[in-house]
Amino acid sequence: MNIYVLLKRTFDTEEKISVANGQIQEDGAEFIINPYDEYAVEEAIQIRDDKGGEVTVVSVGNEEAEKQLRTALAMGADKAVLINTEDDVENGDQYTTAKILAEFLKDKEADLIIAGNVAIDGGSGQVGPRVADLLGMPYVTTITEIKIEGESVHIVRDVEGDSEKIETKLPLLVTAQQGLNDPRYPSLPGIMKAKKKPLDELELDDLDLDEDEVEAKTETIAVFLPPKKEAGRILEGELSDQVQELVNLLHSEAKVI
Amino acid sequence: MNFELTKEQQMLKDMVRSFAEKEIKPYAQELDKTSGFNEQAFKKMGELGLLGIPFPEEYGGSGGDTVSYAIAVEEIGKACGGTGLSYAAAISLGASPIFYFGTEEQKQEWLVPMAKGETLGSFGLTEPNAGSDAGGTRTKAVLDGDEYVINGEKCWITNAGFARQIIVTAVTGKKDNGRSIISAIIVPADAPGVTISCNYDKMGVRASNTCEIVLENVRVPKENLLGDSQKGFSQFLYTLDGGRISIAALAVGIAQAALEKALQYAKERVQFGQSISKFQAIQFKLADMATEVELARNLVHKSAWLKDQGKPFGKEAAMAKLFASETSFRASNQAIQIHGGYGYMKEYDVERFLRDAKLLEIGEGTSEIQRLVIARHLGC
Repeated sequence: MNIYVLLKRTFDTEEKISVANGQIQEDGAEFIINPYDEYAVEEAIQIRDDKGGEVTVVSVGNEEAEKQLRTALAMGADKAVLINTEDDVENGDQYTTAKILAEFLKDKEADLIIAGNVAIDGGSGQVGPRVADLLGMPYVTTITEIKIEGESVHIVRDVEGDSEKIETKLPLLVTAQQGLNDPRYPSLPGIMKAKKKPLDELELDDLDLDEDEVEAKTETIAVFLPPKKEAGRILEGELSDQVQELVNLLHSEAKVI
Repeated sequence: MNFELTKEQQMLKDMVRSFAEKEIKPYAQELDKTSGFNEQAFKKMGELGLLGIPFPEEYGGSGGDTVSYAIAVEEIGKACGGTGLSYAAAISLGASPIFYFGTEEQKQEWLVPMAKGETLGSFGLTEPNAGSDAGGTRTKAVLDGDEYVINGEKCWITNAGFARQIIVTAVTGKKDNGRSIISAIIVPADAPGVTISCNYDKMGVRASNTCEIVLENVRVPKENLLGDSQKGFSQFLYTLDGGRISIAALAVGIAQAALEKALQYAKERVQFGQSISKFQAIQFKLADMATEVELARNLVHKSAWLKDQGKPFGKEAAMAKLFASETSFRASNQAIQIHGGYGYMKEYDVERFLRDAKLLEIGEGTSEIQRLVIARHLGC
């Protein structure tokens, strides 16, 4: 099995995030492997351990992403590729990332590509399906279970809380949903071994791509934090009065009815 | 000069931190209450290679350095002081002496399973009348044919209740000047005549296993002698120098936990219409705590680095142990103060930090002993 994992370095949304001048401040933010991509890495390692083959983790980003790729190697992936777009892409979007990844993957003869269902920063959930589309490959999103028998693949996917069973075939792209597995910690021997595993760095030139070929299709107008949650209000008095007041507030204050 | 951690050290730190958050911290309060031992966490730490950090791969270790080890102790200690102490003692006292001084056979037999995390080991130095004054050691080992016959008593031995073997220090003879010759001997915990009881009711680090050991006509093969029979004393001085780095790292972990708790509480607690973190009285405490934690950590990393470079590190290790343990106590005390009445309640964790931190000013050489060690290095 020739398995590829698409991995994004993202800030930890459980830590404090601040926005200034329309941009997320990277100073002081903690960076992690996108948690959904962590499920993807874990699943790829498990499938490889079971079926044999090789796991390659690919990330589009800047030099800083090397740490997250090394962490994936420490978990057990075999190879990593960093496509460094720092000098070439100023404002990328999902199209940019998908185009670059597809260009990289087109001649790799991947049997299985696993991506996260969504990145916790941008949250578009588009990169996986877009890559599959560009490669002309079938895809299944938000999977919570995958079993491979020969060429056929049995999948359970999460559909808004319900489960859908799907039968399909390799080659295939899937995106990982929470519940797929419990990602391992990178062990210390794993961390030591990761040092010696190959981590290749490519640029757009190496993929014969021009900057304008990967130009973003969308434009970011503004970046802002959600409004701070206000303390709730408890209405008092007779029940009928409370209902009256609630309706009034919904009408006049919240303006939802 | 470069103060940055290597990528591997940084990855290790991230890994141990998330592991400790999930597998150790949630049990800290309960284990403090029951004085229980987190065996499950030790099993998992073994699987992750954490119990073999400073030992080479050929002995089942992870081939890491002392700096990595100190980072791991800090992160585990930050989650639970007691578990941190047992972790530090398992490596620094249980396993390290065999790595430093053991024969190849001893390393294969005793060190490899410890480094892999399959077994734990203890170091039995302290006696009712001998600790830092090792000359007061009364435990005796007499050679009888091919066996040592050991009689004596050891107290406050960390992890002995879960140990496969205990390195016991014992008097094996007298020098020409009348001083005792002290040797170290590996004693299997299940050898006939070994009685281990773990009934201490401690003030802090209660999640750490601490035991009393009685040795009555315990017979072990003479091959179990560890290192040079004449140099047992200097061997365990070297062992303790290394152990001090880990105690200091543990102290930094507790101090960091106290700082984080206090800072978080100060930002949330509103009095007189604003969060108490806006008051200078509180700000000054937090600033002092943060400064001391930073200083302590730098000293720990420096002494670990010196050890990794093969340079003398005894003075710096003593300084790190002294300063970090006292920092830990002060920071925990201030964290309680910032919490006010809530801080005095067990639910808020900070009172446990203070009880845990107190041990660090006593164990593996009191603060007074550290000052003596430092003064000797100064040439006094």
